[in-house]
Amino acid sequence: MTVMDYEIVIGLEVHCQLLTKTKIFCGCSTDFGNPPNQNTCPVCTGMPGALPVLNRKVVDFAIRAGLATNCSITSSNIFARKNYFYPDLPKGYQISQFELPICLGGYLDIEVEDETKRIGITRIHMEEDAGKLVHPEYEHGVSFVDYNRACVPLIEIVSEPDMRSSAEAVAYLKALRDIMVYLEVCDGNMEEGSFRCDANISLRHWGAPEFGIRAELKNMNSFRNVQRAIDYEVERQQDILDGGGTVVQETRLWNVERGISMSMRGKEEAHDYRYFPDPDLLPVVIDDSWVDEVRQSLPELPAAKRRRFVSDYGIPEADTEVLTADRDLADYFEAAVEIFPQPKAIANWIMAELLKFLNEDRIGVANCPVTPRGLAELLMLIDDGTISGKIGKQVFSQMFSAGDNDPKQIVADKGLAQMSDAGELVAMIDEILAANADKVKEYQAGKTKMFGFFVGQVMKKSKGQANPQMVNELIKERIG
Amino acid sequence: MKLYNCSLESLGEQLAKGEISAVELTRSLLERISAVDDVIGSYLTVDAEGALVQAEAADLRRRQGDNVTRLTGIPIALKDLISTVGLPTTCASKMLASYRPEYDATVVSRLRQAGAVITGKLNMDEFAMGSSTENSAFQKTCNPWDLERVPGGSSGGSTAAVAAATAIATLGSDTGGSIRQPASFCGVVGMKPTYGRVSRYGLIAFASSLDQIGPVTLTVADSALLLGVIAGYDERDSTSVDTPVVDYYKNLKKEINGLKVGLPLEYLGAGLDPEVETAVRLACSQLSAAGALIDESVSLPHTDYAVASYYLLATAEASSNLARYDGVKYGFRAEGAEGLLEMYKKTRAQGFGDEVKRRIMLGTYALSSGYYDAYYRKAQQVRTLITRDFDKVFADCDVIVAPVCPTPAFAFGEKIDDPLAMYLSDILTIPVNLAGLPAISVPCGFTKSGLPIGLQIIARPFAEETLLNVAWQYEQLGGWCGRRPELEKKVG
Repeated sequence: MTVMDYEIVIGLEVHCQLLTKTKIFCGCSTDFGNPPNQNTCPVCTGMPGALPVLNRKVVDFAIRAGLATNCSITSSNIFARKNYFYPDLPKGYQISQFELPICLGGYLDIEVEDETKRIGITRIHMEEDAGKLVHPEYEHGVSFVDYNRACVPLIEIVSEPDMRSSAEAVAYLKALRDIMVYLEVCDGNMEEGSFRCDANISLRHWGAPEFGIRAELKNMNSFRNVQRAIDYEVERQQDILDGGGTVVQETRLWNVERGISMSMRGKEEAHDYRYFPDPDLLPVVIDDSWVDEVRQSLPELPAAKRRRFVSDYGIPEADTEVLTADRDLADYFEAAVEIFPQPKAIANWIMAELLKFLNEDRIGVANCPVTPRGLAELLMLIDDGTISGKIGKQVFSQMFSAGDNDPKQIVADKGLAQMSDAGELVAMIDEILAANADKVKEYQAGKTKMFGFFVGQVMKKSKGQANPQMVNELIKERIG
Repeated sequence: MKLYNCSLESLGEQLAKGEISAVELTRSLLERISAVDDVIGSYLTVDAEGALVQAEAADLRRRQGDNVTRLTGIPIALKDLISTVGLPTTCASKMLASYRPEYDATVVSRLRQAGAVITGKLNMDEFAMGSSTENSAFQKTCNPWDLERVPGGSSGGSTAAVAAATAIATLGSDTGGSIRQPASFCGVVGMKPTYGRVSRYGLIAFASSLDQIGPVTLTVADSALLLGVIAGYDERDSTSVDTPVVDYYKNLKKEINGLKVGLPLEYLGAGLDPEVETAVRLACSQLSAAGALIDESVSLPHTDYAVASYYLLATAEASSNLARYDGVKYGFRAEGAEGLLEMYKKTRAQGFGDEVKRRIMLGTYALSSGYYDAYYRKAQQVRTLITRDFDKVFADCDVIVAPVCPTPAFAFGEKIDDPLAMYLSDILTIPVNLAGLPAISVPCGFTKSGLPIGLQIIARPFAEETLLNVAWQYEQLGGWCGRRPELEKKVG
């Protein structure tokens, strides 16, 4: 992008679907992928006379999210009704929070181009999700509605308009997602919509005291699309302002296929949601002991973990990003280090081998066939010279495909142990040198490249088991 | 005496002694319904077949001594906004004419557990919005004491049925007086429990912060018996309160000597029919003669603002509660609509009656951005002040007595075109709902033209025991309860 006359102002609203087992106001399952309307009851389908009862786990999760983002927790929580008509909304209103949301005034520190920037979090509130409309291809003009998702708990995290570029917005989103995944509050899946983001974007002249008129962007289902959509919107607004026009306050939908956004509704068509406190639900009082209880259950967050990996284990900063991207992976790493305290070796093996295998088979760390103990024991065999690193990779592959976590046994069964007996090696080397007397002469005449040939022959003869370091030394001793 | 004319209390004893069977009793009642309900119009649904099956089951329970309660075998009918599995629950609205719930309201489950026989569903103002039952989309219900007059509302079907002996006891719902006002018009006992005393789960909402289900009966003892069954905490209703349910029936007969009774001056103001005032003052002097201390100086100074606040809060909640009737999931859907918006508009235009639409519009307006603070929030503040008024009086008084309604039953058509006049008939009952208090209407006399008059007794939150005790004592003193209109002559 060219140097701009304008400052970009971005605020994000993020919806996280919570990983509770049951819905926010009834006992129905939140399982994904069941046949339509299977996970429903009179409450979540809005049958006349049915009443909501709050799932207290949702409050726990929201407090967790709030504490992890440095928010203060509201002691008296009110649920409000957000009124609008749509077929996926069974009651004709969504139960949400309006005045007095559960979390207020937090922040998140993000890293962009080696600088730390603090992004304010205005509020986090709890609410229920809506159902899903299904438009069958075989019948035009008919729609179905699936209420399995209706009443599934969400939190909405609203940032301050503190971001100044699409890169900052994406950095904030990634940091936020990492935290929510770490907290086990949300699975963070953007494609499936369990972590969704709307962006408010405006431009203003540098130094202008007021914000410009903003547009709201919806329907961006990946980090890449968030970046693309914001960049597109910035350019669109820039063109308007450069041409002397005015940006219209509106909601725009990002079209992934076409790479453009289109107006969905203007300010005039904006809903008046007529929020008011839901008389069916009592205020939720959260006292200090409740907050403390949740605080004590908080896991270490990604940023703190990265700092600790650098200071405690001496892992390079870039590598800590990989190791802590997934809480399970970080736990795996630490479990292995506990058994074999060589963090750098373990980190390298995890990043070079383990992740490659996991990615190929598309399985998560939690289901990895090689246990941290298995990996640690394998590395011990390499460390003590029982096997070479190269053989180690073979053994690892064997362990991974068979789910066999006894590398010592594998090495013994397959006779993969390294030949480190000098007498045996000398006999083998002498035999090879004698058979290749002409090449020895060439080498001694200065063709030093020949050295590799002799080593290769020894390794071949030993089926790769000769200790390469000893082979090198012994050959050198013999032919100078 | 015909079985249908007996009180719940007496029928319970006859059943317990084995003098009658639940099937006999149910038959007697079904015959009575066939004989007079064409004229009265209380029932929207009579489940004759289902009632007899339940009655047989109740008789079996009694024979086997299996979990027998005072209500085992007693027929009960329900206002048609209380959800009953498989049985129409229409709210007297075209919108829900075809709706059959897939679950029972908690009060219905409790009645079934006690062995009561559900006989049918009763007429009402559409979605409980009205004071005369004239807003029913289906039929008119007549006041058994004067067929030219309304039974009151919105639980007019529930009170007319008890008065006409087409039901032993019924359940109604009270949002702004909807049990007490028709009870006073029909000369029966109607009680609104404390907000939170009876579960609202399965009660189709009009105004959630005000609605409360309550018993309509011939006598105060019957009211105590029925309340004892339906009251109690329900985990399905977050606003129900977990306080113990005492044996209201056992505690009816306590002496009221020394009881402090407040008679608020605001409730005896302009617009009060002189015959109503005379009856209420007579009731006070009878209570006084029995040893109660009447304090006529008590004041509820914010009473004048109650109706206005109520019509903002109740309609605001209603506008949201009734949003679910959109033609998508159940109930009525208008034909021939092009597209979603038109389906909504036509469905709601054709499915709701005028009063319901009027209140949805009022409530939508009160919640609209820019008006919320002036209307909804202000009304909530007034509600707090009204509650404080009562708190102050109850610091000294045990109960408050007052008229239920400024006038006796009015004629059909008299107020239906004047919503404001209609709203004002609830002026003495609405403050009680705003404060969430328990209150009861007990017959306290008749006008010269033979129309019943009701005495309202109001108690502290969750003081139903005191409320029923005072009501029972007054019932003995007044001697008005249990009177029946001479319906046979009228029905011919």
